[in-house]
Amino acid sequence: MCGIAGVLNYTEDPEKLISAMIAAIQYRGPDEAGIFVDPSIALGHCRLSIVGLDDGSQPISNEDGTLWVVYNGEVFNYPELKADLQKKGHLFATHTDTEVLVHLYEEYGKEFLSLLNGQFAFAIWDTVRKELFLARDRVGIRPLFYYQSAQKLIFASEIKAIFTDPSVPREIDPQALQQIFTYWTTLTPRTTFKNIFELPPGHFQIVKNGKIIEQSPFWSIPCYSDENCFSGTLDEAVEETRTLLNDAIRIRLRADVPVGAYLSGGLDSSIITSLISRNFNNKLRTFSIGFQEADFDETPYQRSLVDYLGTDHTELLISNQDIKDNLPRVIWHSEKPLLRTAPVPMFLLAKLVRDNNFKVVLTGEGADEVFGGYDIFKEAKIRHFWNKFPESTSRPRLLEKLHPYIFKDPARSRMILQKFYGVSNADLNDPCFSHKIRWDNTRKNMMFFSDDVMSELSGYSPEGELQKRFPAHFSSRDALAKAQFLEMDIFMSNYLLSSQGDRVAMGNSVELRVPFLDYRVLDFAMKLPSKWKIRGLNEKYILKKAFADIMPEQIINRQKQPYRAPIRELFFSGKSDYTEELLSRNYLKKTGYFNTVKTCNLIDKYNKTDRVIASETQNMAIIGVLTTQILHHQFVENFSRQPSNPISLTKRIFK
Amino acid sequence: METISKIRAYIIDNFLFGEAGDLKNEDSLLDEGIVDSTGILELVAFLEEQFEIRIEDEEMIPENLDSIDHISEFVKRKSC
Repeated sequence: MCGIAGVLNYTEDPEKLISAMIAAIQYRGPDEAGIFVDPSIALGHCRLSIVGLDDGSQPISNEDGTLWVVYNGEVFNYPELKADLQKKGHLFATHTDTEVLVHLYEEYGKEFLSLLNGQFAFAIWDTVRKELFLARDRVGIRPLFYYQSAQKLIFASEIKAIFTDPSVPREIDPQALQQIFTYWTTLTPRTTFKNIFELPPGHFQIVKNGKIIEQSPFWSIPCYSDENCFSGTLDEAVEETRTLLNDAIRIRLRADVPVGAYLSGGLDSSIITSLISRNFNNKLRTFSIGFQEADFDETPYQRSLVDYLGTDHTELLISNQDIKDNLPRVIWHSEKPLLRTAPVPMFLLAKLVRDNNFKVVLTGEGADEVFGGYDIFKEAKIRHFWNKFPESTSRPRLLEKLHPYIFKDPARSRMILQKFYGVSNADLNDPCFSHKIRWDNTRKNMMFFSDDVMSELSGYSPEGELQKRFPAHFSSRDALAKAQFLEMDIFMSNYLLSSQGDRVAMGNSVELRVPFLDYRVLDFAMKLPSKWKIRGLNEKYILKKAFADIMPEQIINRQKQPYRAPIRELFFSGKSDYTEELLSRNYLKKTGYFNTVKTCNLIDKYNKTDRVIASETQNMAIIGVLTTQILHHQFVENFSRQPSNPISLTKRIFK
Repeated sequence: METISKIRAYIIDNFLFGEAGDLKNEDSLLDEGIVDSTGILELVAFLEEQFEIRIEDEEMIPENLDSIDHISEFVKRKSC
């Protein structure tokens, strides 16, 4: 795992610029650094050594030095691909998966992307054709951003590396703020910053003569029609799920350094750790976090699994103060405003891994999306069910089981909540039925935007950008398939795998590997009928059926527990700290994103201990405002182009 | 301040943070997205404390709580 950067048609001193770019993201690859410079392009790389420890310095070329690659990621099936290439006569100089890429490109051109099973973002510079080829893995596990101006194209694993070029403007995009204050994240290719784009997941891009001549998908989230779905029995599907997931794990344990695993106490990470312990490594190292707030703590479940499997386990207890103290660092890494603080514990968990001298962990991310685990899927199912018999009083009560956090006192708020979750026929025809309540709720917080931001947004609606993303025949798919698509397409790559995944892990030089997002597993799961994913209201039914016999019963039968931070206790403890300045009237006025009167009233409400606070929407507003202010402070106002640690280059190639 | 004014002031302060916009007393607070599903508990806590009433479970229905007018009538009924 690594960091990459490049400048095509540079206008400054190329070595100085590319070194600064790499230095800005050195935590992604603290082990080595290298650059390649020719008259057209500068490429840079910082390396976290995992495969081919002694001969993997990048940039790496093909036999005759006509193709050069900088690469962040892993291709887990590289031994098989390499054997195939060797049969075709390709000569290899290293033991890395990196080198496989240039030979595949030589052999197959851009078509080779479909052969890769992995998580990657890379750039190949074709010195003969003078073409830059950029690509990103199917679901967007690894990041890749770019900026274009006149003939110059700059790309990097993180936006802050692009900002080290003084000619790149650093400006938060109001349209991006609107997207985040609706969908909880931006819609690719847009990012938080104006004119900075991300290469969408599953896409490649070709740049020639300073122009993007092609940007196309090589894969998209599968959306199968009924006739193309899995036609076997449930037992056959269970068996296939076991086989595929086991193989996804097997190839993800390939590394020249030890591999550990996260353990949350939930079903998904329990399946991963159980399969590794039973089938591959009976001395597995596992890592977990517990919370000071008992409501969110899952330590008892974690310990029961550790006892059951006998893993060598390390746990870390996280306090509210830890979350508050680390939020600014997490924003520095995630490079976008957040509406929840959940990435902070994941940042601290990655630090725990690194402090224990591990740099690779397997995690359970993606199972909820792929196998139907989220409450939002069940909520949509209940509302559909209710709509078939709207007079029913028992059907809407199913919602109470789903949201115990909201329905703490179900008898009390029942009627109001039923009005809130009620379904009209127009709702049912909305392709975004499953997510509409969430988005409408979140969007209310746009009321805190300043007049300036609102006038810039006048006439803008993100709906068009959203609808362009729907695959053909999207509206004819069943409710769960549609909800899964929305969750994966919008939220997974850009938040779960990014703000809460790659960015906070790499911030501690730790690589995450996600077996549930092996494309073979994902593709198979999308072919399964919805009733095998959510049976009644039993989520991830097929996963439970497939793996119930290898883990403690209490893990299989437990209620899913989403993490939510206690916002008021976190940020308004009465002690003074960074939040006071960033949320002050003066600083709100200075940044200009938020209406100072309303925002100060909101903050006052949280500060006054006698005010009752229950609104989840307002919790999101507070975090959204605070993290936008942090982002402005770090990236717009005080951005430093001077890296705190200058890079020391282990490889320099000049042509 | 009369009941309806107090309720209106609270809604504007607590859910609209000072800017009434074109909020009318007959507007549905839920349909207009002024009060969210969890925010309703804040409203009930306010009414109970401000008007010294106890709102029973079966009274927590949209007919009583979904607009400033409805809340005001409901509170008046409870108070007499």
